Amino acid sequence: MTTAQRFPDPYGHGGGANLADILERVLDKGIVIAGDIRINLLDIELLTIKLRLIVASVDKAKEMGIDWWETDPQLSSRAGRDELVRENAELRAHVAELQGTRAEVPARERRPSEEEAQE
Amino acid sequence: MSGLRYVYAVCRPFGTPLPAQLTGVAGVPPKQLVHHDLVAVVGHVPEGDFAEEPLRAHLEDLDWLGATARAHQNVIDALTVVTTPLPLRLATVFRDDSGVRTMMQERKETFLRTLDRLDGRVEWGVKVYSEPEPEPEPESEPGRTGRTGRTGSGRDYLRQRRNQRREHEEKWEQAEQFARRLHESLSGYAEDTRIHAPQNAALSRAPGRNILNAAYLVPRTESEAFVELVDRTKDDAPGLRVELTGPWAAYSFSGEDA
Repeated sequence: MTTAQRFPDPYGHGGGANLADILERVLDKGIVIAGDIRINLLDIELLTIKLRLIVASVDKAKEMGIDWWETDPQLSSRAGRDELVRENAELRAHVAELQGTRAEVPARERRPSEEEAQE
Repeated sequence: MSGLRYVYAVCRPFGTPLPAQLTGVAGVPPKQLVHHDLVAVVGHVPEGDFAEEPLRAHLEDLDWLGATARAHQNVIDALTVVTTPLPLRLATVFRDDSGVRTMMQERKETFLRTLDRLDGRVEWGVKVYSEPEPEPEPESEPGRTGRTGRTGSGRDYLRQRRNQRREHEEKWEQAEQFARRLHESLSGYAEDTRIHAPQNAALSRAPGRNILNAAYLVPRTESEAFVELVDRTKDDAPGLRVELTGPWAAYSFSGEDA
């Protein structure tokens, strides 16, 4: 039984949280349950892969040092770079595959009103 | 009234009412759906947006996704003030209340076990950034060029490049060491930790490069000490920036295997 009182909240909620903080939690973390509307897995997977691709392609070579916790610190940065290039290629292939399965209904084309509104 | 059921979280029953003005996804106030020892926090959402086809289209729209994620998080935040919620992933949608009850019944044991494990804990996010680097100056080394003539030498050029690269690497090494030390000392206050992928600046709009992006599961009673520790480290590392977010519901620690 959880206590019924309010917990003190001295730090302010999510004050410094940016959109990336929120998305990485509500999309990537949290409990995954297949509801009755079973589309979320494919679509959210596709979207997060897209976001990761952006991460992997920004400032490529310079970014390669940032995965120090995932690789053996003894490994050269060259090894990390090769790993990321490989992962990037895999993700791209995966995106292409996912997009291929949905090619019949491209989401962008179904929303003409949005583009009109933007002039 | 027709409509689908958007489930935000599963909790133990809690006595405190949620704020009357609280709204969630689709601008709809969340309600409690009690099932034995569990409560699902649920919003009625329109089929026009949350049925399979419109939802699929919406999820490709980063603006819609951002607004919905914030609304989702708004409800989770309000729950975190009054209880320990088990947050569900964005857009977990059922046709009706009985579908939600069936899901709770099927997963009852896991929910209760995870709720016990997380009870009284919150998640804190800590990120370390390197401040944006100034443009590298094309520095000349006076007195060196004379030896090989005024055309400048390839050797000098290579030496400059090498020095620049070495400075850059030393800076990175320092940043990594700082992040590693910080992570170690924060882990001392945490029951569990997760290191997430560095954030994409295009999405976070945060200046500088994200070096560490970590989550810490901390008892509420230890939270003050944890926050103070983060505050104390902020001035320790020139050229680096430490950011704290939270308290969050224990998103990063709610998995069954956690």
